[in-house]
This record gives sequence, C-alpha cells and structure tokens, in this order.
Amino acid sequence: MTNLLEVDDLHIALPAGGQRPYAVEKANLILEENEILCIVGESGSGKSLTARAVMGLLPRPHVHIAQGAVNFQGEDLAAASDARMRQIRGSEISMIFQEPMTALNPVLTIGVQIDEVFRFHGKMPAKERQEHALALLNDVHIPDPEQALKAYPHELSGGQRQRAMIAMALALDPKILIADEPTTALDVTTQARILELIKEMQAEHGTGVLFITHDFGVVADIADRVAVMQNGLVVETGSVHDVLHRPQHAYTQSLIGAVPSLSPRPARARAQELVLRVKKLEKTYRSGGGFLGGKPRVVHAAKDVTFDLARGETLGIVGESGSGKSTVARCIVRLNDAEAGQIMLGDVDIRPLGRAAMRPFRSKIQMVFQDPFASLNPRAKVGKIIAQGPMLQGASADEARKRAMDLLETVGLDAGAYNRFPHEFSGGQRQRIGIARALALEPEILVADEPVSALDVSIQAQILMLLDEIRDRMNLSMIFITHDLRVAAQVCDRIAVMRKGEVVEIGPTASVFETQEHAYTRELFSAIPGKDWFAAPPPETSITAIR
Amino acid sequence: MNHSTRRLRYVLKRLLQAVPIVFAIIIMNFFLLQLAEGDAVDVLAGEAGSATPEYMAELRAKFGLDKPLPVQLAIYLKNVLMFDLGYSFRHEMPVSQLIFDRLLPTLLLMVSTICLAVGFGIILGLVAATGLNTWRDTAISIFALITYATPLFWVGLMLIVVFSLNLGWFPTSGMENLTKFYEGWDRVWDIAHHLVLPTITLSLFYLALYTRLMRASMLEQYGQDYVTTARAKGVTERRIVFVHVLRNALLPVVTMAGVQVGALIGGSVIVESVFAWPGLGMLAFEALFARDLNLLLGIFLLSALLVVAVNLVVDIIYSSLDPRIEVG
Amino acid sequence: MGDFWKRFARNRSAILGLGIITVIVIIAVTAQLFFPDDPFSLAGRAMSPPGENGFLLGSDSLGRDVASGIAHGAKTSLLIGLIATLVAVVIGVIMGALAGYYGGLIDDLLMRTTEMFQTIPSFVFAILLVAIMKPSIESVVIAIAVVSWPAVARLVRGEFLALRNREFVQACHTVGMSDVRIMLGEILPNCLSPIIVIGSLMVATAILIESGLAFLGLGDPNVMSWGFQIGAGRTLLRSAWWVCTFPGIAILLTVLAINLVGEGLNDALNPRLRERAS
Repeated sequence: MTNLLEVDDLHIALPAGGQRPYAVEKANLILEENEILCIVGESGSGKSLTARAVMGLLPRPHVHIAQGAVNFQGEDLAAASDARMRQIRGSEISMIFQEPMTALNPVLTIGVQIDEVFRFHGKMPAKERQEHALALLNDVHIPDPEQALKAYPHELSGGQRQRAMIAMALALDPKILIADEPTTALDVTTQARILELIKEMQAEHGTGVLFITHDFGVVADIADRVAVMQNGLVVETGSVHDVLHRPQHAYTQSLIGAVPSLSPRPARARAQELVLRVKKLEKTYRSGGGFLGGKPRVVHAAKDVTFDLARGETLGIVGESGSGKSTVARCIVRLNDAEAGQIMLGDVDIRPLGRAAMRPFRSKIQMVFQDPFASLNPRAKVGKIIAQGPMLQGASADEARKRAMDLLETVGLDAGAYNRFPHEFSGGQRQRIGIARALALEPEILVADEPVSALDVSIQAQILMLLDEIRDRMNLSMIFITHDLRVAAQVCDRIAVMRKGEVVEIGPTASVFETQEHAYTRELFSAIPGKDWFAAPPPETSITAIR
Repeated sequence: MNHSTRRLRYVLKRLLQAVPIVFAIIIMNFFLLQLAEGDAVDVLAGEAGSATPEYMAELRAKFGLDKPLPVQLAIYLKNVLMFDLGYSFRHEMPVSQLIFDRLLPTLLLMVSTICLAVGFGIILGLVAATGLNTWRDTAISIFALITYATPLFWVGLMLIVVFSLNLGWFPTSGMENLTKFYEGWDRVWDIAHHLVLPTITLSLFYLALYTRLMRASMLEQYGQDYVTTARAKGVTERRIVFVHVLRNALLPVVTMAGVQVGALIGGSVIVESVFAWPGLGMLAFEALFARDLNLLLGIFLLSALLVVAVNLVVDIIYSSLDPRIEVG
Repeated sequence: MGDFWKRFARNRSAILGLGIITVIVIIAVTAQLFFPDDPFSLAGRAMSPPGENGFLLGSDSLGRDVASGIAHGAKTSLLIGLIATLVAVVIGVIMGALAGYYGGLIDDLLMRTTEMFQTIPSFVFAILLVAIMKPSIESVVIAIAVVSWPAVARLVRGEFLALRNREFVQACHTVGMSDVRIMLGEILPNCLSPIIVIGSLMVATAILIESGLAFLGLGDPNVMSWGFQIGAGRTLLRSAWWVCTFPGIAILLTVLAINLVGEGLNDALNPRLRERAS
C-alpha cells in the first residue's frame, strides 16, 4: 500500500542572489493516513515552505519546486496542472494558517467563506450547503453557530476564528490537513483547546495531519511522528517518543535542551530589603462612548494590583493577552500613568510624579522590550543607542562611550558593534543591545516585558541565561513579564498570575507550581503544551550544552 | 447591534461630524470677506459713481457694517443659515439665486465625470493589475502616468482643436444649442452631445488617479493571507479576483473618490471656463473677472456644502462595503 | 547613500524623469542668456508659425516669442513649485508632528482643520485667496502652500502616531529624554522618506495649480508663465495652434518628469513598498 503523502527529494528554489539557493533541499517526508506528522524547526528552517509546496501554494515564480516529487496517493502534485491542483485543494488536501484574522477575508461573512468550499467542489443546493456549514461550526464547538455564520471575521475572537478556519478546512473531509503554526498567535489556554479540537477532528475523520510548529511542547502534545528541519534540511525523523526522548541529531538535541523545563528553579533566600512596593495600582482604559456611540467600554487593565519586589529577586508576572501584565510593567516604568495606588521606589511614591520630577528616578528603573526589531531606532548607531541614556543623565561623552563599550562586552557583543546600525544584527543580538541600553543607566530594577517571546527557542535560552547572569552580577531586581509559564519557571523566584487586570495568585515559584491555588492558575498549567513530556525525566542534554 | 443599525449610526455620526466643519467654513468665509479690501458699501458706491460719505455711513448702518465684528459675524451666520448669501451688484441679483440657477449644469457635469472616472478607473486598474507586467499593464500605466501630468485646461483646448475644429464631431462650447429650441429627447440628446468633451476633459486626470490607485490597491490585496486561504480552498482565480480581492481593493478607491470631490469642483472651474459650460465654475470665472467677491464666496461656500453632501453619500457606500466600520 | 543611488538608478523611468528635469532646469537658468529680452515684448511678426520669421516655436498675436515665454516660464514654474512646496512641507511637518505625538486636543483640532481643508475645494480656495490678495508671485505661493499643507500634516501625523508607540521611542522615555529631542532626533529621521516622496510629488501638483491659476488670469501680471501663455493663446486656437500647444507640452513634461522622479524616490527609499500615504 502506498503512503498517503510522500515528499521525495524535494528542492525548493529561492530567487537568485539570495542568501542560499534552496529554501528546502533533499527533503524526504512520509505522511500516513490517520497520523499527525509534526515538522519542527526554527525560523528560516523551510518548514512553512515545505507545507506550501505540498499545497502548490508557493509564491511562484520567485520560489518554486526545482526538483523532487510530492506524491499524493501515487499522483505527483509537483507536476499536476493548476486545474487539477484546484480540484485537490480544499477537498483532498486543505490547510489552516497561523493568523486567522488575516487568513479570513475581512469583508465576507464566515458563512460565505465556508460556503465557497462546497460551491467550488461539486454541486449541492444552497439550502443543503448552509445546513452543512452549520453542522461544521457545531462540530468545531463554536458557540452560537447560527450567529457565527452571519458574522464577519472581526466579530469573532481569535480562538473562534481559528475554529471557523478548521471548519472550513474540514468541510469536505479531506485526506490531508496541513496546519501551519495554527496556534502560535493564540493564547495558551486557547491553544490547548484548539490543539484538542484538531486531535479530535483528526481522530474522527482519520485525517493525515501535517503540523508545522516551532514548539516542542506542542509536538509532545499532538504528534505521532516528528520531522526536524534546520536550514532547509530534514535532519531527523522518527516517532514522537524517539525524537523527544532519544534525539539522535546534535541539532535536535540542542533544540530540546533549550526548551525551558517546567520544574521551577531552586528557591533562593529572599533579601529583607524591598526595593519596590506596588500598592493597589489601578488603571482603566476607556474606548467608545460619545453621544452616539452608546455606552463607553471600560477595561480594567490593572485592578487593585499589589506586590513587593525584594533586592536581587526576580518576580514573574504571568498572564495571557489582555491580562494587564504589560500595563502594570508600563505603569511601573512610568510609560503609562496609573490612576490610583502607589508605586513606592524606596521611600518615594513615583506614581504621581510629573515628567521633571520623575527624571532623577528614571535611571533606577529600566526596561527591556519585547520586539528586538521595534525597540532599536533603525537610524541610530548601536553606540549612540546605548550611550545616550547616560549622557542625558549628565555623563560626559567619554564616560558614556566607555560605559557603552563595557556593556557591549557584558552582553556578549564585540566592540565593533558600537559603530554599526541595528539592522546588521540578528534578533538575539538586538535583544542583547536592548539589554545593554537598559543597563547603561545602572538601574536597580530591570523590567523585562516578554523579552524572549519573539526569539527562537535556542536564542531564547541564551538570553534568559544572560539576564540571570547580569542580575546576579549587578545585584539587580527584576520584574519579568511573560505569557509562558515554562520561561517563568526558569528565571523567576516568585510569580504573580494575572487575569483581567487582577493578580489572582502570588507566591514563590515552587509553591505556586505545586499548589496552584487559584482555578485560573490550574487552567494555565493544564494548558501548557507538552506538560506530560516535561513531567517525564528530561533528556541528558542541558542548556549549557548549546552555549 | 446588527449591521444595519450600526451602519445607520455610522452615517449619522458622520453627518454630525460634518456640522462643525460647515460652521468653520462659514466663519472662515466671513473672515475672508473681511480680509478683502473694501466692503459692500464701497462696491455699491463705486457702482453708483459718486456717493457722499454721509450716505455711505448710512448704508453701512443699514447693512450692519458699523457694528463690532462678532455682531457682524452673528448676522452673517444668521443670513447664511437662511440661505441669504448677499447681493451681487454686478448681476443685480441675490447671490443665492444666481448660484442655484447654475447648480444643475455643474451637478450634471460632476455626476457624469465621477461615473466615467471612477467606473473606468476601476476597470482599467483591474485590467492592469490582473495582467501585471504584460503589455496591457504597461499601456495602461503609461496612459495613466501621462494623463496624470496633463493640465486640465490644456487637454480641453487640445480636444477642441482636434474634435471640434478639425473633425467637427462635437460643439466647442455651451451646454445646448439655444437657437434651435429643442424639446424633449432632442434636447436631452443635444445636451449629452455638448457634455461629451467637458466630461472627458474633467475626468481624464481623475481617471488616471483612480486607475493608479485601483492597480496599487489590487496588488496590495493580492499579497494578503486571505488570498492564500481562498487558493487553499480550491476557489478559482476568477472568484478570487472578483469577489475576494476586488471588494477589499475598492475600499481605498471609494474613500479617495470622496476626498477628490473637492478637487473635482476646482477642476470644473477650469473646464467650464474652457467650454463655456454655464455652471458654477463658469459663474466663478465671471465673478473673478468682475471682482465680484461676494458671489465668489457664495460659490465657494456652496461647493464646500456640495462636497459635504457627496462625502456623506460616499460614507453610505463605504459602510455597505466594509463591515468593520467603527461606531466609536 | 551609494546604496540608495543604486536602487534609484535601477528604475529607468526615474532616470528619464531626472534627465528631463535637468534639461528644464538648464533652460530656466539660461533663459536670460538665450532670450535676454523681456518675454512680454514684441519680438517680430505676429502669428508666425513655428520655424518662420526666426521664431523657433512661433509667435502669438502680439508678436511675443513663444519659445522665449517657455524658457522664462520654466523659471516661474519651478520656483513657485519649489517654494510653495517647501512652505507647505514645513507647516505640514510641524502640525502633523505635534498632532501625532501629543494626540488629544491638539490632534482633534488639527484633524478637524485638515478635514475642513479636505472639504473645501482646494483649487477654488486658491482662486479665492489669490483674488483677495491680488495676483502676485507671493500670493500665488501662499495660496498653493495653504491648500497643500494638510496632506503633509496628515501623512506626518500618521507616521508620528505609529512611531510614538514603537518600543525604541518608549525606551527614550525611560531614559528621560525630552519631547523635542524625541520628536526631532528619534521620530523625524524615521519618517523622512515618506516626507521626501510626498514633497517631490507635491512640487508637480504645485506647478499644475500655478499653471491653472495663471490660465485663469490669476498669475503675477509681470511674470511670464506657461499657464498665462495658454490662457492668452486660447482665443487663437483656430488660427495659431502653436501658441497653446507648446507651453502645454512644457507643463506636461515637467510634471511628468517630477512624478517619475517622485515614484523612483518612493521605490528607492521604501524598498518594502510602504502602504499608501493617504
């Protein structure tokens, strides 16, 4: 019996003059019926293009299949005509995407978009098509499917949109479902539910699923078999158990080693001195309103938020999008103004301070930002970016320059970086520059807002190590904002869990992990992808192996 | 809140937003009038030939011109709201009546121009974008580039030279042949015949504008993720172009059509004066030569109101195309 | 810089545009040299067709040399286009930067103002302004600048609005940088490219407006301009086509060339095809 899908010696050519001639080289993959094959890799590994090549959706003519075959039930799709591909797409092989907001047409209703799948594959009376669409939305557990049919994409939540996408993809009961990072843009609890749904659907229909992801946790949860890609090459394939527990290839080993483990770091003694005390912090956002807009919507981004930060400790603030965790961070560094409460920096409440009065305190609290590409001025040289803080605070040009040089070394960049522009650096290097900038003012407190969420997992581990190292060396206190409990486990002494602007639980990392007092904390924990795999003894490799 | 009430509220909101703008324009109008040298009494006195200072002071009192500025402004506002735009001493007629007499020809010219420019602009943009980098695309792009750079009045004159003077296909000027006393459909046909050249002249520039915009907009939408989704569903390229991409690509074009109405009225001043089309633009041209500022300001005010009205129509069209309108 | 020039030079139509502009600038600069006489003066036989009686491009009903008018008109058009654009860009950048950066009341005020300017027909407004101020070079420049700045302001406001929330700007706040410094030193350099592009395209529009005003008799009566030539020649359409035709071609070529260069700049400065600037 032939396999459902065989990718045989696939080469995908990139436009001439690029960094490399092929995005994907010599790729061999097999997908059987009723199994989930995960393709794992970091950005630039070619995993998404492989998926698109199967669908015949490469951005031709610039990127095209140069060599090899994509055999689907014995038919080579690489050589199939456009008309034949159109027949296959949507009915035999279908696909879901990372960002359901942009993947759906904003001006057409969900109903119309599902309906298209039926309309373009076979004939079916309109009434029957509608009934089918309704049944599909029911199957993917969208609340109020009748309403959802008439809704436009922007009227649904992110999770509901992805459910609608899945309904659309499964409309004609395809043999293969290709899922390209379908949960990356979603919150962790939503991600867990969508993964569950994909599994449920796959089992029900016996579909073969090609699942693209960068997250080994997701792999552990969903895969039957795994293929690991690096720089366009498939470096390892095997059953999920083999790959996760006995990785053969060095790259797979380092990747798995870099995945933060869920076991909290050993507790350290907490210092007596409290450097920051936040009391009853309040911040609301209003939108809408006006005399025609109806009732204004009030969102509590911070509601009665209270916590302390001791010298030398790292406090993690964990929550999903909309939990208010970033707002709290921004209020503390005074990028946002909180409406009520206290932010006691030593003996001074900095919350009500005006710009001028705040200036002397600026150097005490510094921030590391999330997006390494947006956080550095593209028109300024790295040296200037780091040195301008000290100079604004009164350091001479020479002092500032010297400090910037020292810091470049501290964060692991060579002195040559001083005179270069940010775009010449990779994401991880840029984040190092961002850290150097924050350290340039010799702060007491470092607020890091999702500093590693935009980075690949191996880079992520390095940056976390760096932050840890710096904290110890400079005796910094750190507030670490993250959506990822695994990351929090690795760096935080204490953890505050936030939800809808409120701190629902706060305590030492180990005890929060152990007791999970609040229901929401439990929900967050149960949603962590790959938690069962983490619970198992970790493989022999460790973070230090990849440094 | 369902879509239709949302839309209604959106349009109402836009209507209310237009009110302060209209007031601001009226107030600005008033101050422009103040800026101009001399007032209505000077003009009147100039017309009469000679007038004693006593008589002029009496006149000023009569018109309220001796009152403090804010009071004058209030009077002006009241007058404008009652459609009293002052008196044209050249035409010896109230400005409002003069303007309303000339409104219809201008509206006729504008509506036909908008239909031609927007309609063909969308089609040409679509053709160019779907045949990217083919000869169709190149030809349309060059055409758009050149017409985009051509001054309206010159196009009008050149069209007259070619199609009226040399070929004799179309009349050189006017809106209808008044000597023939056509009635019924004959008259309609006669007016349409006169309408051809002015419409083409006025629409060429905007045709180029919408063609370019439509082409760019189509290409941008082509790169969006939902197009990939549609392909992944096995939808035909035809439907992708005409249902998915077209509707999204139209949004900026519709917005631009609203924005450009003001410019269109400006263009009609030139085109009407080239073709002696008896509309507001021609009236403005006459007022300019006669230095009849009162009339010019009246035309200015009315054309601004016209833009507000057309923009409202555009908003209604837009709200039916884009479900994401905000009622915030 | 070299990189920019390489990208620009790859665009052949932009190079063509640059070539045309260079020729026109040379004509404008050397006008006094080749046509030392006042372009308004009688230079020979009236109504001479092109190439006859020593007139390269013919003469009009008063015996004025069309070629001389075009050469001197080039100076007028370019000068007015450049100065008016410069004024409009300066006003627009200041207003847009303040509104986009501070938001709130100042933003509301500015947005209402630009909306008003979008509502009033700009060309009619320009006519009105020149009519009130009496036609002169200054009044034409002022009128064009007044009707052009809102477009720049909207663009700059949008850029500032987007950039002020970017993390690198927030990082400047956390080190205590002043607002003026953030606006001028951090944000403005990052939106120079779209400003340069819209500015170059605005020069073309300004030249079109200027020619339209002059055509309607609202140009400076003491300065020769292309629009004036066409306006004066329109009564001669039947008998002397050349009087209207050549100045029109001059306008067309100039505006076309500037647009080509503007688009070339756009492609070269924004390799990732920035979204529409409207």
